[in-house]
Amino acid sequence: MNERARILLELADDELVIGWRDSEWTGIAPTLEEDVAFSSIAQNEIGHARAAYELAARELGTTADELAYDRDPSEYRCSPLVQPRLLDWAHAIARRCLYEEADRERITALIEADDAEVAALARKIDREEAYHRMHAELWAERLRGQPRFEQALADLRPRLDGERGSDNDEFRELWEEMTSVRRSAPGAEW
Amino acid sequence: MVTAERVWSALDEVADPEIPVISLVELGVVRDVRVEGQHVSVTLTPTFLGCPALDAMRQALEEKLAGIGADPHVTVDHGDAWTTDRITAAGREKLRSAGLAPPAPRGEAAPRLVQLQARAFRCPYCGSTETRLENLFGPTPCRSIRYCESCRQPFEQFKTV
Repeated sequence: MNERARILLELADDELVIGWRDSEWTGIAPTLEEDVAFSSIAQNEIGHARAAYELAARELGTTADELAYDRDPSEYRCSPLVQPRLLDWAHAIARRCLYEEADRERITALIEADDAEVAALARKIDREEAYHRMHAELWAERLRGQPRFEQALADLRPRLDGERGSDNDEFRELWEEMTSVRRSAPGAEW
Repeated sequence: MVTAERVWSALDEVADPEIPVISLVELGVVRDVRVEGQHVSVTLTPTFLGCPALDAMRQALEEKLAGIGADPHVTVDHGDAWTTDRITAAGREKLRSAGLAPPAPRGEAAPRLVQLQARAFRCPYCGSTETRLENLFGPTPCRSIRYCESCRQPFEQFKTV
């Protein structure tokens, strides 16, 4: 796999999985406004994943759907930050804050990279992420200094530097859920 | 005969599937039109990458073009060609009259939280700027929710992107 495909897959896998995890708050967030916010953020992240998979798919001679759902669960390249199911609000918000900070660095680098097509996609993603960052900023301001939030940040921060990859039970379980409908009818055209 | 002018005018009759008061041309998502004989290539740029209406938009454009005797080919450009600054003046007015506040101009940089929290956004119902940000996110990716303190009406604000 070439460098371009590797970078696109890392981006797409992160965005798909955080989108999937954020979507788990749909219907159960602490307020209706956050139900809407998490659902909308999740939709955006999965949209970014789709666009990045499409570019990668062209590079690799496959399709976006196959990259998203038909790889072996051990082959994904996502960060350990995005993988765990976090149905604790302090942790969910802490992850959003940490993810947006790291994602901004990556997107900025891609905008400046010498690849016009990737840079244009990164600029498009950046425009949408601006709203995710504001959402994270609002919550960070509200929760700063609160012991549960600070503890959640401390719990999750080491995952930012963790090795990318999906060869673990946590991811396998996520993958089973994420792909179960698609796998339920082999050969079906969705 | 299929001409570029005829194509643009036909496409201007295709309503946005989520906000039907505005056409896809007024929304600025029709990026480019090329006509070669019957063959018409259209470049479509999504408002948001996760916009679920994209396929519906593509289909509506193709059907419209087939209706004027063209052989349509619609491609989607995932680059950053679309910004809310591409919404036409007529489109903005139609959004406002439908109770959907049009986006503020983008300028060079992304909007900042402090700007969105300022009381500078106009209520599409009563025109007051005494409005507050309720939620950065709304019923579709392209909208936020604001509340007008003056006429006590919540309203949807098109996000600036």
